Amino acid sequence: MPTRRIFLRNAGLAMVGVGSAPVWLQRALYASNAPTARKKILVAIFQRGAADGLNVVVPHGEQRYYAMRPTIAVPRPSSADPQNSAIDLDGFFGLHPALAPLKPLYAAQHLAIVHAAGSPDPTRSHFDAQDYMESGTPGRKATDDGWLNRALPPVEGQPSPVRAVAMGAVLPRAMRGRNNAVAIENLNNFQVRNDSASKVFQAMYAGSSDKSLNGTGRETFDAVKLLQSIEKQPYQPAAEYPNGAFGQSLRQIARLIKSDVGVEVAFADIGGWDHHVNEVGPRASEGQLAQRLGELGGSLSAFWKDLGDRMADVTVVTMSEFGRTARENGNRGTDHGHANVMFVMGGDVRGGKVYGQWPGLADHQLYEGRDLALTTDFRDVLGELVITHLGNRDLREVFPGYSVDRQKFRGLISAM
Amino acid sequence: MRRSLLFAFVVVLSLAAGRQASQFSVPLSNDQKIGHALNRLTFGPRPDDFTQVQKLGLKKWIDIQLHPDHIAENPVLQTKLAPFDTLRMTPLELAWRYPPPQLIKDMVAGKVPYPKDPETRMMIDRAAQRLKNKQGKDDEKPTLENAGLADDQQRALRRGTPQEKLKVFDDLLDEQKDEVLEAMPQGARIGLFSVAPPDLRRRIQKVGGPQFVITQDLMEAKLLRAIYSNRQLEEVLTDFWYNHFNVFLDKGADRYLVGSYERDDIRPHVLGKFHDLLLATAESPAMLFYLDNVESVDPVAAALSQGPRRAGQPAKSRKGLNENYARELMELHTLGVDGGYTQRDVTEVARCFTGWSIKAPREGAGFIFREKLHDNGPKIVLGHRIPPGGGIQDGLKVLDILAHHPSTARFISRKLAMRFVADEPPPSLIAKMARTFREKDGDLRAVMQNMLASPEFWSQGAYRAKLKSPLEMVASSVRALGADVDFSFALSQQLVQLGQPLYRKQEPTGYTNAGQDWMNSASLLARMNFAIALAGNRIPGVKVDAARFGDAPDTDQIAVALMLTGLSDDARAAIQAGLDAQADPENSKPKRPAAQQVPKPLVIAGLMLGSPDFQRR
Repeated sequence: MPTRRIFLRNAGLAMVGVGSAPVWLQRALYASNAPTARKKILVAIFQRGAADGLNVVVPHGEQRYYAMRPTIAVPRPSSADPQNSAIDLDGFFGLHPALAPLKPLYAAQHLAIVHAAGSPDPTRSHFDAQDYMESGTPGRKATDDGWLNRALPPVEGQPSPVRAVAMGAVLPRAMRGRNNAVAIENLNNFQVRNDSASKVFQAMYAGSSDKSLNGTGRETFDAVKLLQSIEKQPYQPAAEYPNGAFGQSLRQIARLIKSDVGVEVAFADIGGWDHHVNEVGPRASEGQLAQRLGELGGSLSAFWKDLGDRMADVTVVTMSEFGRTARENGNRGTDHGHANVMFVMGGDVRGGKVYGQWPGLADHQLYEGRDLALTTDFRDVLGELVITHLGNRDLREVFPGYSVDRQKFRGLISAM
Repeated sequence: MRRSLLFAFVVVLSLAAGRQASQFSVPLSNDQKIGHALNRLTFGPRPDDFTQVQKLGLKKWIDIQLHPDHIAENPVLQTKLAPFDTLRMTPLELAWRYPPPQLIKDMVAGKVPYPKDPETRMMIDRAAQRLKNKQGKDDEKPTLENAGLADDQQRALRRGTPQEKLKVFDDLLDEQKDEVLEAMPQGARIGLFSVAPPDLRRRIQKVGGPQFVITQDLMEAKLLRAIYSNRQLEEVLTDFWYNHFNVFLDKGADRYLVGSYERDDIRPHVLGKFHDLLLATAESPAMLFYLDNVESVDPVAAALSQGPRRAGQPAKSRKGLNENYARELMELHTLGVDGGYTQRDVTEVARCFTGWSIKAPREGAGFIFREKLHDNGPKIVLGHRIPPGGGIQDGLKVLDILAHHPSTARFISRKLAMRFVADEPPPSLIAKMARTFREKDGDLRAVMQNMLASPEFWSQGAYRAKLKSPLEMVASSVRALGADVDFSFALSQQLVQLGQPLYRKQEPTGYTNAGQDWMNSASLLARMNFAIALAGNRIPGVKVDAARFGDAPDTDQIAVALMLTGLSDDARAAIQAGLDAQADPENSKPKRPAAQQVPKPLVIAGLMLGSPDFQRR
């Protein structure tokens, strides 16, 4: 006997095929087209420009850290000046004070941290390292799609046109590939602002023999149709997001998730981490890094509050193309380095812990004598999320050329 | 099952790739050639371009474009650029006429003299007032109530049409105008801007503040040149090379340096020797500041020249090596990331460039080599020994090595071919261009000539193979319509929507040269919305006239006028269906007054500019 879900899928499919399914039915269809009642959602955050992981999650128990960074180190936790000292996590690591909004999430065990993580490729080129991290194939340039697109589990039937969304005017490398993926700059503006022109454009792109434009055109108009219903209602988030593009991106992702339109993976980026000069202001709570971290931490925390119960289905993971030199450079900044830190936040995350093996900062422990060494491959973090959270078991497809070894998973996600 | 599917997929892929590669040996028809050349060597064909080139002969036209010095500039462009005085200033002049906040503070404090020109003084007073207000010291922002205006005048300035605002303005005394402008809400000011004559527009800009004038002038000029210049290839190349040696406008002092950088360091060399271009960028204050080389000094020399560090001395004065420029110089400007350098080379090159710096602003903010801050030890760069004590010669030697390195010849040739030929240019073409680059000592005109003489350029593989970048899309739309651009402020805002804000790529990579990278839903919708807004005369500052298409043109005539090619049957049918639906009284909403309706040829033109065909060049 067919379940309601299957009925909806079949009925919906027939109608979607002729482009006449009412929007409520499409939404019900996309929301229900999954083995569980609601799909799991993975949100990937890219910090472009190589964030300084050692000042983000500070190894305040490491004497060498202070010796190598005489003017830019974040001071040890201090109740006398909590605004300008690390927020202790476990007696050895501490959060940068600008990340204070994340401390409650860590304490509630919804935020996990993986230190000394990143890409094993030695490149210190922003462009190449971002490209490798987004393709999911370090050292291999010929890969023409992105890991997040490949991470989408196979679907039966009609996939939601917005199962993969990236915020911004450009579709990031991580999202490109054979599964539909749409870039959305602004949800309120995601339409052709003239109905009759919209119909003509839709027909022209649908009929075009230009493969690339035909494909993108179809994806676009499918998504436009689906999103029309939610665009009409003003969005009242349950939390206040910081000003700035990144907060807006997370706000829109939250809105999409709460609208049940079938989002499974989402991507947002936040730039401005390349601090070669004056990374830190006169005090730890000031300066460029503190400013960026304030926006990052405040947005993530708002996202958490805004989604409320829905966070049960959502995991957020952050990454940056590489870390920065362990020693500060001559200009109170840091140059391009190697390993970095990753955050994993979500309802099924086993948080409240800094994962990974700490490699130490003694000269012989540093990568090439200058950078934090790598002890966790970023694919071991993402791989675990793809399998355990998203439920896509085909990791060889997602990270081709990488031998998946569950032994290396850090146990970030609690099994259901 | 999976394996056989995969196999089939690979076969299809390699067939597709094979077909593509072979397309680079299938020549264009003569009809296609002129359109192809106009699409690649200009920002898109204008109404008369096709016949002009036909008359002149394609070869001759290309040769002229390769020698922009011999081309008389379009007087229309010159008239339009005339009001933008910042374009002709040195950074020092800019700083005096349109001072940054610190200089304004110094002027107010009496540390430096005020400029004499009354309009400049007014702007500085306003800016100083705003700086004060920001700091919460007092609140003296002028209001319309206090400006001595009648009630109906105030109402018109707040909520009237732009024309009504202009009318109020014409009646004002000259000395009232600045205060009133300052008091108007920003949205109202923009409304007034859209109908104001050039001198009033300048005044409105100045109310926005000195830095606003500088950045606005840059963007106005870039778009106006792309749209109007007769030296189209030079414009395309200036855009290409600025982007290659990208500098981010909003990084502090770069607001004052970028104009001169593009004008004096990039533009004169785009058809010259690569080495000269590289040297000009290496010595440019804009680049030295953007990639932090100005901060990079020998730590020992710095400590010596400063004397011992006193206790309590601010840490900010600590100086040392900074690798940022050295790395991007090799990765992005010359060798390419796989060009064969190591981390060790990066550090050594950084040492070679220690002391390459910028003069104090009051001495003109030009290039200076600070001998005392240079690391004079021996270095090894890419296997070349650089003996100790070389001073400025160290950096010059590095530029010489890099400019003549075979990796550079390949990297530059490939990038040019990506812009002008195809996202994946054929290796045969890159090899030819790279050989010319080496044999002609990096002569960029010779490399371009070589590319333009190649069968690959004139092949089906290249024909309409490139998706337009947002800048190309915007400029080519305006050019195809033969629109008149009074000011391009609103056009430059469109580029922000489309993902390519001018001079504002923060990363040193510059914007991508692969057309395919611009294709996604957000950008496609933005392109369609731009197309109908432009053709519907809804982009402020740009006027489109249906007369451009002659009397009662049909759909195909409009297509040929805009794209130099006819329409596919599908596209024609889609447009016809749309027009029929609009004409059907059952479907249409209450009609707007006839005067506000978009004339039919422009409705069709808007649909074409947003169509798949127009997204390629």
